[in-house]
Amino acid sequence: MKEALNAIRQQAEQLIHAAQDMKEVDALRVRFLGKKGELTAILKQMGKLSAEERPVIGQLANEIRTNIENAIAARNEELKAAQLTAQLESERLDVTMPGKRHPLGKKHPLTLVLDEIKEIFLGMGFDIAQGPEVELDYYNFEALNIPKNHPARDTQDTFYINDNVLLRTQTSPVQIRVMEKQRPPIRVIAPGRVYRSDAVDATHSPLFHQIEGLVVDKGVTMADLKGTLEIFVKRLYGEDTVVRFRPHHFPFTEPSAELDIQCFACHGEGCRLCKGEGWIELLGCGMVHPKVLEICNVDPEEYSGFAFGMGLERIVMRRFGIDDLRLFFENDLRFLDQF
Amino acid sequence: MNLSMRWLSDFVDIDAKPHDFCEAITMSGSKVEGYTVEGSEISNVIVGKILSIEKHPDADKLVVCQVDVGSGEPIQIVTGATNLKVGDVVPVAMDNSTLPGGKKIHKGKLRGVVSNGMLCSLGELGLTVHDFPNAIEDGIMVIDEDVKLGQDIREALGLNDTCVEFEITSNRPDCFSIIGLAREAAATYNLPLKLHTPVVKGTDGDVNDLLQVEVKNPELCMRYIARMVKNVKIEPSPRWMRERLRACGVRPINNIVDITNYVMLEYGQPMHAFDYKYVNGHKITVRTAKNGEKITTLDDVERNLDESMLVIADEKGPVAVAGVMGGEFSSIMDDTDTIVFESACFNGPSVRLTSKKLGLRTESSGRYEKGLDPNNTKPAVDRACELIEMLGAGEVIGGYVDVDNSDKAQRRIKLDVDWTNRFLGIDIPREQMVDYLERVGCVMEDDDIIVPSFRPDLEHKADISEEIARFYGYDKIPVTAIRGTAQGHLTEQQKFERTVSNTLLSQGLYEIMTYSFISPKYYDKIRLPEDSPLRKCVTIQNPLGEDTSVMRTTTLPSMLEILAKNYNNRNESAALFELSPEYIPTENPLPDENVQVTLGMYGEQYDFYSLKGVVEALLDVLGIADYDVSAVSDNPTFHPGRCACISKDGRDIGTIGEIHPLVLQNYGINTKVYAAKLDASALFDLRCVSKEYKPLPKYPATARDIAVLCDDALPVLDMKKAIQKAAGPILERVSLFDVYKGQQVPDGKKSVAWSLSFRAPDRTLTDEETDGAMKKVLKALDEMGAVLRS
Repeated sequence: MKEALNAIRQQAEQLIHAAQDMKEVDALRVRFLGKKGELTAILKQMGKLSAEERPVIGQLANEIRTNIENAIAARNEELKAAQLTAQLESERLDVTMPGKRHPLGKKHPLTLVLDEIKEIFLGMGFDIAQGPEVELDYYNFEALNIPKNHPARDTQDTFYINDNVLLRTQTSPVQIRVMEKQRPPIRVIAPGRVYRSDAVDATHSPLFHQIEGLVVDKGVTMADLKGTLEIFVKRLYGEDTVVRFRPHHFPFTEPSAELDIQCFACHGEGCRLCKGEGWIELLGCGMVHPKVLEICNVDPEEYSGFAFGMGLERIVMRRFGIDDLRLFFENDLRFLDQF
Repeated sequence: MNLSMRWLSDFVDIDAKPHDFCEAITMSGSKVEGYTVEGSEISNVIVGKILSIEKHPDADKLVVCQVDVGSGEPIQIVTGATNLKVGDVVPVAMDNSTLPGGKKIHKGKLRGVVSNGMLCSLGELGLTVHDFPNAIEDGIMVIDEDVKLGQDIREALGLNDTCVEFEITSNRPDCFSIIGLAREAAATYNLPLKLHTPVVKGTDGDVNDLLQVEVKNPELCMRYIARMVKNVKIEPSPRWMRERLRACGVRPINNIVDITNYVMLEYGQPMHAFDYKYVNGHKITVRTAKNGEKITTLDDVERNLDESMLVIADEKGPVAVAGVMGGEFSSIMDDTDTIVFESACFNGPSVRLTSKKLGLRTESSGRYEKGLDPNNTKPAVDRACELIEMLGAGEVIGGYVDVDNSDKAQRRIKLDVDWTNRFLGIDIPREQMVDYLERVGCVMEDDDIIVPSFRPDLEHKADISEEIARFYGYDKIPVTAIRGTAQGHLTEQQKFERTVSNTLLSQGLYEIMTYSFISPKYYDKIRLPEDSPLRKCVTIQNPLGEDTSVMRTTTLPSMLEILAKNYNNRNESAALFELSPEYIPTENPLPDENVQVTLGMYGEQYDFYSLKGVVEALLDVLGIADYDVSAVSDNPTFHPGRCACISKDGRDIGTIGEIHPLVLQNYGINTKVYAAKLDASALFDLRCVSKEYKPLPKYPATARDIAVLCDDALPVLDMKKAIQKAAGPILERVSLFDVYKGQQVPDGKKSVAWSLSFRAPDRTLTDEETDGAMKKVLKALDEMGAVLRS
């Protein structure tokens, strides 16, 4: 009997080990361990054994049962693992295939850079103001110390709606509107569309964008103007940007200046980008003219301030190396998709 | 304004390289646009003298010259020129020389005969007969001036000046002159300014006996001075004068005209010379023109005058447009014998307006319109007379006619040292400030600054601070931060616009920017009815062209233009948006500028519902729920069966739809286009700013699906509203999951499948409750003709 048991054990282990799938393993379980299985059949003959033999054989039979059960479990694990491996292998992907993308739109390049400029000024405590594009002559010119027939009007070819209404040629009228509404301290920028009667070409557009700035408070100095704009320029172009302030003339600021940055391409040597000058004009600025403060009922003896204005398109063109202004307003997707 | 550095040296001794000079004067406020060194393209060209001329042995049209170039042994040069004779002094381009335009000359053989260089014509040296009136244009330049053999040609011909081009700002008319720029240069380098007082010997007689001047409009002509010259000899002016004019970009004509231009450049005071015999009645009247009067100006154009224009007239009529241009009839001719010099001060705005109206801008009008100094008229006319005598061009008659209506009051400004230091953020002593001010011609009287009459731009202490700042140096002003703290923040409106933009970007739409002016024809393109109020728009008086002549009252055409452009550029699909205003005329002087959210798309992957999905997502992000969507069939821009109006609580939010095929035809688009226009202010007002948390459900939901059969025309939104109303508060959600037409559904009908979810916050719903609600739902649907499918 002992031999019979050992034979079952040997055969079962051999067969289980060789089983190719879990079904086959299960069939072997039934064959050896089932109610009508081979092991059970042998155990049924236990009654024939002597009292001394019975516990020995019983123990052996239980041992063999456990062994077979373990072998089944182990073989099942092996088979499962192999199955998973096979499945994973069959699911192999070409990971170099393009991804499935949810379509994502893009900001217009002008907005992209304008948002950056807004963030810089918001961080410096400036609010963002707005004003109308169809504007009164008063705000666009007269309140800015540019009376009718002033030669400065010639430099800004103006679209007129009637004698008193025009398309604003600059964002500077927002200065006046802000000062009329708000008492100092004032710190605002005013970005927006402006209009000049320039025929369309690679560097001119009848519609373009400016960003105006205005600071008015007690004791604001020209040194503050320099400090504020230097911080702005360094945040926009990098800490190592070289800046110079050059005297200039605007009717609504006094003293007035233009801010140049040293050409990034040639570092001041003079090249094609800076037209040989070594410097690139970035913005106009100055101390708010006392006449302008007076017009806005701000006492120039008590308050002072500075203002600045810059063109957005040129900044964006230099940023991305765009050589034709018209692209901004043609809105070809092949252009818009690049930013 | 072009400045001859040689001319400048009459007034100030600048010892700086051109580049450094330009840098320094730019930083003190006179912006240099660039500079050119005359003759810089010419090298190794010297003066030579023809010793002999022989025929070329093998060429009929060539001659062989021996030329003395001042270095002992003569050199041999072959030339094709025919105007030469022995003894002529000529420019010789030696071996390895360069000429303007990058031309290089090397020695070589011409038909077998060695030629060691080239003899040059005027043109080859970059000159014209205006520069050298005695030279000829087609042939070698024969030099008739006092030169040395072997001398560098640039030196010999005065081609060694440096010209600096300035950008003069409109507040500095005084800098439109050599003297004005010399004053700035002297102040920049702190050097003395060497001013010269003209000396005129004159002859007997008094101009007042020969000429009468009457000024009828003193407000437009503040001062009018006339002097006269008799026995005039018209001839070319001397070389030094021609050289200076040329360096400043003015073409030499003859001695009289050159003198007027010379004085204008030197003093900034425009001058005019009349031929006395054509001043009828020997009386000059300065008056406004009569309507219908005409004048033929020096440029040979007949011009119509009107009452706003100031003219110089004689008894017969206008002889010049004041400050703009003289008349042809009274101009200087070769037979002119006696001339009248006019040196006047006209009102700037008036000259500007006249010049604009006539479309005629001249060196003279450009100076007048910025406002000139009446005190400059006299020195200028004296300088002209001095030059007449210096050139021997005539005899100056004694006396002046001087009609002076100018304001003689001196302008005084208090020097406020503390204020100036505070304002600029610097700390410099009074003496330093006074030094800077005196350099530009101001005179101190105690604390009063007396402003010179040529500086009308100095009116206020802020103007004084600029003078001080620019000579102190803008670069020396320290860099400080604004005192005090400030919090920058976005307004609610700006935050809202950012949200709208981000939501649309995240849904795959690209942002565009379009022109806000359009053509009125665009309204026809979108089939706007003739009587639509939107056709009433803000119109530009002086547009660049018809296609940008009105401010748009709708943003749709701009979007369609861009979609059409992309379509024509063969971009397969596009989904775009723009946040920009429409300009709606009002009773006020200014229109309303209403920002619109304009959406547009075309391409295979898009249909009406893609666009609607974008709009729904936007409304969702803005917290706008329970809005109405109603079909619109009468908007001519849109497909009558595929257009909807979105509104909430009776307020229109916008329109969305498929663009009408006839509109697409107008735009040349051969595919379906979907567009929407939403009013940003409605979205802003209706948006939900405050959101409140609702506890997550604790009890299970019960789901029921139904399919009903109804007329195809029945809008699903109506059904949805009926379901919501009938089911009562336990209805948690109802969603459409299928609409089916086709087999097993009769024609004109559709099968609509709804999924309903019921839930109560405080208990598990019983079957009875849900069934009861469902019964009501089915009844309500039944009443609107939607029957449960079995």
